[in-house]
Amino acid sequence: MALSREQLAQRVAQELQDGYYVNLGIGIPTLVANYIPQDMEVMLQSENGLLGMGQFPTEEEIDADLINAGKQTVTMATGASIFDSAESFAMIRGGHVDLTVLGAFEVDVQGNIASYMIPGKLIKGMGGAMDLVAGADNIIVTMTHASKHGDSKLLTKCSLPLTGKGCIKKVLTDLAFIEIKGNKFHLLERAPGVSIEEIIKLTNGELVVPQHVPEMHF
Amino acid sequence: MAGFNKVVASYEAAMAGLEDNMTVIAGGFGLCGIPENLIKEIKKKGTQGLTIVSNNCGTTTHGLGILLPEKQIKKMIASYVGENDEFERQMMSGELEVELTPQGTLAEKMRAAGAGIPAFFTATGVGTPIAEGKEIRNINGREYVLEHSIKGDFAIVKAWKADTFGNLVFRKTARNFNPMAATAGNITVVEVEEIVEPGQLDPDEIHTPGIYVDRLIKGSFEKTIEQRTVRFTF
Repeated sequence: MALSREQLAQRVAQELQDGYYVNLGIGIPTLVANYIPQDMEVMLQSENGLLGMGQFPTEEEIDADLINAGKQTVTMATGASIFDSAESFAMIRGGHVDLTVLGAFEVDVQGNIASYMIPGKLIKGMGGAMDLVAGADNIIVTMTHASKHGDSKLLTKCSLPLTGKGCIKKVLTDLAFIEIKGNKFHLLERAPGVSIEEIIKLTNGELVVPQHVPEMHF
Repeated sequence: MAGFNKVVASYEAAMAGLEDNMTVIAGGFGLCGIPENLIKEIKKKGTQGLTIVSNNCGTTTHGLGILLPEKQIKKMIASYVGENDEFERQMMSGELEVELTPQGTLAEKMRAAGAGIPAFFTATGVGTPIAEGKEIRNINGREYVLEHSIKGDFAIVKAWKADTFGNLVFRKTARNFNPMAATAGNITVVEVEEIVEPGQLDPDEIHTPGIYVDRLIKGSFEKTIEQRTVRFTF
């Protein structure tokens, strides 16, 4: 079975470490916040200028002056700090964020990522994504393995305009956990019940499959 | 003698001198921390052909988006312009020129302009469409793209509190681009929720010193929320 959105978030959460500063992109990455292990301290960075993002507010706590990068109302966790956008991206570009999780349309074997526009169709802008992928060393891309029509999103070469060049090393899809190195995809794990054949069929770029590919566990 | 008193009497006075084809830098992220009344004043003035530099362009009904129906904006420099149908329509039809700029680069362009730095190198955007036609330099084995700073004829800013000298304090994530915008305007206009006397703000808590501020006005604010998200409690 392909992973649900919640399972994708759960699997990403297994990559968290105690004391990590983490930036979570919009969509599935945001859900990772729901699966931070109880015995772990993780601080969430929101690029509009908040380190230590808390949970959504109650009706009484709602504050128009306190939102996240997805423009949703949020609260501040204990020990939070507020800063301006230049400072926020100094943190990001300067490599101070330990883990960045973001979505994408396409990723290729060279570690290129396309996530911000589909020419003629969807032109919303990159927001902070170009800075995040350029500045972070530890990035996990979360996306579905293939489009609804069965077209692979793991390619030999991205077809859409790039968000970043040669910066992606790890991709978690609804079918597999994949590492990118030496201009190849390497299959690390597969979703429970998903066959290696299916992953190979839906991966367009060169995929290295080791003898034993463990199933993800939750 | 006005001395350092930056307070002006009306929104009309606050935006006096804004002319067609000028560049305006605006603070705000989404609809959070936007100078909403200064934007309304620009709409009222009917100024045309503006280049607007701001992270977003508001919605169809709020923020900078209200300048779209009368085509007051000629060019928009922003990082994210989704969730605005009229913006999309004008962009797709070519009526509106759009220069998408990465969020961190946009913040740094404003900061650099205010700090007297004409351009800077950043790794952001190397190998992507935004680096096309720009100088690329290899520094210590990594490629960087040269980005130029952006100065505004006007900068419009929303802060929480100010003293009459224009020393500013922002509140929570309504700070965002406002401090950089404040430094990057030839004329910087700030609207706030409260104005106090000099000496009433702790010098240690001032986010933006009054030297950057030319005009100051107290307004009242709608503070529209774009994504009202709550948690359920039992």
